[in-house]
Amino acid sequence: MKSTRRTTCVAVAVGCLLIACATAAGATASAKSVTISVASLIPGSSAAAVQQFNQQVAQFEKANPGINVQPVEYQWTAPTFAAKLAAGTLPTVFEVPFTDARTLGENGQLADITSYVKKLPYYSKYNPAVLAEGTTSKGKIVALPKGAYAQALHYNRKLFVQAGLNPNKPPSTWGQVITDAKIIAQKTGKAGYAEMGKSDNTAGWILTTVVYSLGGRMETGSGTSAKATLTNPLTVQALNMLKKMRWTDNSMGSNFDMGWSDINQQFAAGNIGMYISGSDVYTNLVQASNIDPSIYGLAPIPLSKNKNAGVLGGGTLAAVKPSANAAQKAAAVKWMDFFYEQPLVSKPQAVRNAQTLVANKQPVGVPALPIFNLKQYNLANTWIKPYINVPLGQMKPFTTGVFKQKLIPEPGSSTQSVYAALDPVVQAVLTDKNADVESLLEQANSVAQSAISSGA
Amino acid sequence: MTRDSEHRLPRRTPLTWVRSGGLSTLLFLLPLLFVFGAFSWYPIVRTVVMSVQHTNLVQPATWVGLKNFKAVVHDPLFPIAVKNTAYFAGLALLFGYPIPLIGAVLMSEVRKRRGIYSALAYLPVVIPPVVAVLLWKTFYDASSTGVFNTILGWVHISPQPWLQSQGTAMPSLVLESTWANAGGTVIIYLAALTSVNTELYEAAAVDGAGILRKIWHITLPQLRGVLLVTMILQIIGTAQVFLEPYLFTSGGPANSTLTVLLLIYNYAFGNSLGGDYGKATALSLMLAVFLALFSWIYLRATRSWSTE
Repeated sequence: MKSTRRTTCVAVAVGCLLIACATAAGATASAKSVTISVASLIPGSSAAAVQQFNQQVAQFEKANPGINVQPVEYQWTAPTFAAKLAAGTLPTVFEVPFTDARTLGENGQLADITSYVKKLPYYSKYNPAVLAEGTTSKGKIVALPKGAYAQALHYNRKLFVQAGLNPNKPPSTWGQVITDAKIIAQKTGKAGYAEMGKSDNTAGWILTTVVYSLGGRMETGSGTSAKATLTNPLTVQALNMLKKMRWTDNSMGSNFDMGWSDINQQFAAGNIGMYISGSDVYTNLVQASNIDPSIYGLAPIPLSKNKNAGVLGGGTLAAVKPSANAAQKAAAVKWMDFFYEQPLVSKPQAVRNAQTLVANKQPVGVPALPIFNLKQYNLANTWIKPYINVPLGQMKPFTTGVFKQKLIPEPGSSTQSVYAALDPVVQAVLTDKNADVESLLEQANSVAQSAISSGA
Repeated sequence: MTRDSEHRLPRRTPLTWVRSGGLSTLLFLLPLLFVFGAFSWYPIVRTVVMSVQHTNLVQPATWVGLKNFKAVVHDPLFPIAVKNTAYFAGLALLFGYPIPLIGAVLMSEVRKRRGIYSALAYLPVVIPPVVAVLLWKTFYDASSTGVFNTILGWVHISPQPWLQSQGTAMPSLVLESTWANAGGTVIIYLAALTSVNTELYEAAAVDGAGILRKIWHITLPQLRGVLLVTMILQIIGTAQVFLEPYLFTSGGPANSTLTVLLLIYNYAFGNSLGGDYGKATALSLMLAVFLALFSWIYLRATRSWSTE
């Protein structure tokens, strides 16, 4: 008995000593290398997409032996981002939309990376309006733009042909959209026009896009003193257009609760004739929904003759966790430079990035908007021209048309809350034939105004 | 002398406590105390504290007294959520409550292979709730080629909007919830039915009672205790419904399936800039107090009915 107890004590003591040594050794080793976790791909991406990302990580780690990169699946959605933010479980480098970055920065929820960013050689080439989206009022840079987009009209060329419409002449006015939607629905039985209607702010986002294209705005002024203008007559017009397509023409199909991913899936499956989303969704259509490239067409959003009509633009920024230490922040900016920015400013990197994507059958050349000046944007596009594997010819209406359109940023104050206030209005119009558009908008306006005034 | 020493109890000291196994008792108790403390009692205490604070869990919290409770009561979505929750609970009581009882009574009449029927009844409960909801979501496709609409088409009923209409969304949720949860209650009732004295049925048969009168006059009164417990459990459970509204409709269309729990979730996690945990915990507390009061009143009112 006694000798067994003594042996156990000795064994435990030796074990603790060994663990202590191992930890000490580990600590010495980690002092030489820094580990950061980075946002990788949207959950549900194909194996090929994941492989291409891992290859890029390997290339980065080879060029930076002191940095260890751990990819983490990531998709920005309002509820999951807020939860991860509160729990502190975001990866070191993560992505946020233009709508949120500045407020998060003001609230100290994004690391200050000003000193590291200013050292980047192409710092002066940034489009100032785009860089401002990631800069706080005190001039601290808290996020780097990684991509900008304009809203666009995506259409199914195959359904156009089946309906007897010319796939090379997509609709250029809202009247034509409504007519074409009706024809597609009648001739093919599929939804001619579909719009996001989910309660995750996407319904409000697309409605705002349509209202902008008619010349309306959701806010005037800025900051917490901004005034919500959801009830403007052009919002009413946009909702009445939806009402007509839904109830009179019956050209919107039967399901109205689609979010960003759902509508992409339905489109790739060939169930939707036309829908509005960001100009860069082709990447998701390939990576998550295996779209047949021959059906894809991209056109600019039809704008009305109103002088305020324009296309809603947005974008994504890459930011760093506030709890990152100096070494991690430096490593994070190096990763952001390598993964997000280099392909846009350095020919060898652009070519290498394109080659990796092509080797894994991932899309290269999906239309985006410049985050540097237009000259740099056109130059970068020439570098990757030999590798473009997306049906760029089918996207010509957009690539030639979008730069003629006035680009309008999303509502500046409490953007997501404004969208959230509009979600039930869109849903009511799509599910209730007798929806009272004006009174619904009044209610939505007061909800949005209280959110704006409280800075939420 | 010997008798005195027999009656005198040994003195209890810490050492005797350890020797009589007190230490191992404590060691066995510690994991339980730790788990309950960390995951049950501490969160409850934190909830009460956060309900009187303004906090988004990122910046330091400030004390705001009853402001959160007032904000919740004045929120236009609050009466909508309460109404919808009551509607869900009411529909579930009207349709979801009798079904397991009817099922159990029918199954108890079956002579052969009763086991298969109880297994089939319990099968939906075994399916993970999220999987069941996502499955039913595809079934509820509102186009004429959706699964349920196709089945309705066989009996010449026109396609239903299911989740796509404000009038049919909540009943659709109740339908799936009943399917998913009835099985557990069926098993409980089946067990309870075996305790009913068969002599009572024989006596009733002698008096000329048919099957329906037997059920009304014998089965139900005998099952009174179980029925009252399952009723309050169902009410408490359905008052906290979250999964179905969250996964099926996210509270839509147009807030017609927004329930109290979903509103709490939206307060806490709906804003991408950081949640209002003060309002979320305030509403959670209000719901908990309401359900506690309701249960107390219910148990007092039914005390005379459940005892014999």
